[in-house]
Amino acid sequence: MTDTIALKATGLYKVFGKHADSAVRKLQDGATREQLGGATTAAVIDASFEVKRGEIFVVMGLSGSGKSTLIRTLNGLQPATAGTVEIGADNITGAAPKRLRDIRRKRMSMVFQHFALLPHRTVLDNVAYGLEIQGMPRAEREEKARKVTEVVGLGGWEDKHPSELSGGMQQRVGLARALAADTEILLMDEAFSALDPLIRREMQEQLLELQATLGKTIIFITHDLNEAMFLGDRIAVMRDGRIVQIGTPEDILTNPANDYVEQFVQDVDRTRVLTAESVMRKPRAVVHLTAGPHGALKAMRDEQMSGVYVIKRDRTLIGWVSDRACLDLVRNGDRNLESIVQSDHGAVSSDTALSELFIPSLESALPLGVVDAKNRLIGVVPRVTLLATLGGEPDAAREASPDRDPIPSHVVDKALEVAIESGALKVEEVD
Amino acid sequence: MEYRIHFGDWITSGLDWISANLNWFFEFLRAVYLGMYDSVNWVFNTPPVLVVVIVAALLALLARGWKFGIGTAVGFLFILGVNQWENAMDSLSLVVVSAFLAVLVSIPIGIWAARNDVVSAIVKPIMDFLQTMPALVYLIPAIALFRIGVAPGIFATVLFAMAPGVRLTELGIRGVDHEVVEAGHAFGAGPARILRQIQLPLAMPSIMAGINQIIMLSLSMVVIAGFVGAGGLGGEVTKALSALDKPLGFEAGMAVVILAIILDRFTGAFGNKRAKALLGGLFNRLPRGGTPPGEPTGGSDNPEAISDLVDENRATRAAP
Ligand SMILES: Nc1ncnc2c1ncn2[C@@H]1O[C@H](COP(=O)(O)OP(=O)(O)OP(=O)(O)O)[C@@H](O)[C@H]1O
Ligand SMILES: [Mg+2]
Repeated sequence: MTDTIALKATGLYKVFGKHADSAVRKLQDGATREQLGGATTAAVIDASFEVKRGEIFVVMGLSGSGKSTLIRTLNGLQPATAGTVEIGADNITGAAPKRLRDIRRKRMSMVFQHFALLPHRTVLDNVAYGLEIQGMPRAEREEKARKVTEVVGLGGWEDKHPSELSGGMQQRVGLARALAADTEILLMDEAFSALDPLIRREMQEQLLELQATLGKTIIFITHDLNEAMFLGDRIAVMRDGRIVQIGTPEDILTNPANDYVEQFVQDVDRTRVLTAESVMRKPRAVVHLTAGPHGALKAMRDEQMSGVYVIKRDRTLIGWVSDRACLDLVRNGDRNLESIVQSDHGAVSSDTALSELFIPSLESALPLGVVDAKNRLIGVVPRVTLLATLGGEPDAAREASPDRDPIPSHVVDKALEVAIESGALKVEEVD
Repeated sequence: MEYRIHFGDWITSGLDWISANLNWFFEFLRAVYLGMYDSVNWVFNTPPVLVVVIVAALLALLARGWKFGIGTAVGFLFILGVNQWENAMDSLSLVVVSAFLAVLVSIPIGIWAARNDVVSAIVKPIMDFLQTMPALVYLIPAIALFRIGVAPGIFATVLFAMAPGVRLTELGIRGVDHEVVEAGHAFGAGPARILRQIQLPLAMPSIMAGINQIIMLSLSMVVIAGFVGAGGLGGEVTKALSALDKPLGFEAGMAVVILAIILDRFTGAFGNKRAKALLGGLFNRLPRGGTPPGEPTGGSDNPEAISDLVDENRATRAAP
C-alpha cells in the first residue's frame, strides 16, 4: 500500500516571522491568515496530500499563495513549522541534517523558479552538479550530463556559462541538472514560466514523454492553469496558503470546490483538458447484431433516430446502420443485418481531447461514438453536447446538426406490419 | 568628588598584566613575525636590483598588460633613482607579511560571521572599533607587547588593516544569491562543499576587494609604523619629519605613493578575467578529489533510460 505513495504531507504549516508556533495553534483553532497580524506570514496552512509514485502532481495558485514555500518544505529547504512530510519510510521534517542531505542526494531533486544555476560553472558542470555531489567519478558524470544536456536540446552549449544563455535555455539547464541527478522525485517550481509559449509547449510535452519513459514522480508548481491541466494527473489548487481543492483536471473543471476555483478555471481552454469520456452521453439506443433489421428499425423508430450503432454481445463496436437501409432489408424480407452495417463509424477513444473531436464529429453521420481500449462502445458525443461544453447555444447547435431526419414512424410501422403479415417476422419480435 | 573614568589606567594595567603573564606568547609571536619578515625581505633584497625590477615588470605585464608592465618598471626605477630602493623593499616586505597575516585572520572570521548571526553581531562592533581607532594609537600597545622594531609594526598593521577583510568577506558571502545556495542544499551538498563550491567562488569579487583594502591599509600603516622603529620608508619619513628634511621627506613620500599604486593595481587585477581564470581553475580543481571514499556513487537505477531517449530524439529529428 505505502509503496505506491511517493510522498505524503500531513498537516503541513509554514509560518514566517515571530511566534510561528503560537500562530500555528491559532490557525488550528480556526483563525484566518489575516488575524495573525503583520509580523507573521502564514505561507502554508494545513496542507495534506499524497503523491503517488509516477504521478505528476501539480500545485497551482496565484502569486503569493504559498506554492514555492510549500515545495520548499517538501525537501526541507524551509523547515516546516508544523506537520510532517514523509518520503517512503523517511520523515523529512524530523530528519537529522546528514540524513536529510542523503535523501536529497538520492531521492529528490529540484528545478528552481529562478534557475539558481551556478554562474561560475559551465553548462555541463552545472548539469553534472547533482551527480558530483552523489560522488560519481568525473568521466562518468560528464558523459551522463552530456546525454541529458542533449535531451533538453542544449547539445553544443556544454562549455558555455549560464550568463551566455537565454532565460529559456538556462531553465533547460536547470531541468537537465535535476534530470541528471536521476532521483525518483522531481520538484519543479514554475520550471517553464520563463519560456516562451512555443518552447514551453515543447518542454511540457517533453516532460510528459520523459515521465512516461522514466516514471518519475513529479511535483510541479505553476500559476498557469492551462499548464496545470495539461501536465497534471492531479491538481492541488492553493489560495492564501491553503489547499482549497485536490482533484484531477476534470474534477477541477467540472466540479470546482468553491467560487474561487470556479473563477480560476473560467478561462481555461476546456477543449484541451476535457476528454471525450468526460462529455459523452449514454447512447439513446444501440442494437446488437443479432437483433436483425427489424429490431434495429424498431429501435430507431422508438427513439426517432435515422441511424444506430451496431455492437456485438460484448459491446464491441462493429459499425452503424441507417434506417433507410434497414427499411429496404425489411421490405425484402432479409433477416441478416450484417450486410448493411457500415464500418465507417469514426468512433474515438475515450481519452481523446475535445479539441480533437470536432472534425470526427462533423464527419460522423451519428453522434460521435466513444470506445474504450478494447473497442467497446461506452458512449456517444452528440454535436449538441460538444458545442454546449464550449458554452455555445444548444438551439443553434441543433440547427447546425446535419443529421438526416428519421423516416416517419408511420412508414416504419407499415413496413413492419407488412413483414409480419408475410410471415417474415413473428409478432413478439416486434414488441 | 571628582568625576573621572580611569579608562586609560584600566587599559594600562590590562596591558601590564598581559605582558607580565603572557610574555612567552608575545615573544613567540615576535619570533614568528621576525622570521617571516626576514624571509620575505631576503627575497626582495638579495637578488640584483635590476632582476627584481624586471621580474616585477613581467608580473605586471602578465596581470594587466603592457602599460602596467612599463609603469611598474618606471616606478621602480624612480624609487631606485631617489635612493630609496632598500627602504622601499623593507616596507614592501612589511606590507607583504602584515597583509598576509591580516588576510589569514580576517577571511575565516568573515566566513564565520557570514554563517552565524551571533558571531556577526559580536564581530561587527569590534571591527568598527579597530577601524576607527586612530592608527597611531595601535603603536602604544604594540610597543608595550613587542618592544621596538619590525614586530610591533606588523602587529599594529594587522590590527589596523584586518577590518575590511572581515567585512567584505562577510558581505560577499551573505550577498551570494540565496537560490543558488539553496540549489546546493537541494542536491544534498554539505555546508563545507557549499562554502567551497558556491559561496567562496561567488563572493570572490567582494573578498578580493577586501584583500585589496587590506593591502592598501597595510601600506599606510607601515609608514606610520616608522615611529616604532619598523624602518623602511616609514623610518625615512619619520626622520625627515623630525629633521624637517624636505628633500628626503618628498622622496620617501613619492616612493610610498608609487608602491601604493603598483600594489593597488596588482590586487585590483585579482578581479579581472586573467586572474579569474587562474582562480577559477583553482576552485574547479579543488572538488575533483572531493568525494569521500566511503560514499556510494550514483543514484541511477536505469542508466539506459536516458540514453534511449537521446536516441529517440535523434530519430525524430532525422525524420523528414
Ligand atoms: N523567507 C520568507 N520570509 C518571509 N515571508 C516569506 C518568505 N518566503 C515567502 N514568504 C511569504 O510567503 C507567502 C508565499 O510566498 P511564496 O513564494 O511561497 O508564493 P508563491 O505562490 O510561490 O508565489 P509566486 O507565484 O510569486 O512565486 C508570500 O506572502 C511571501 O511574502
Ligand atoms: Mg514561487
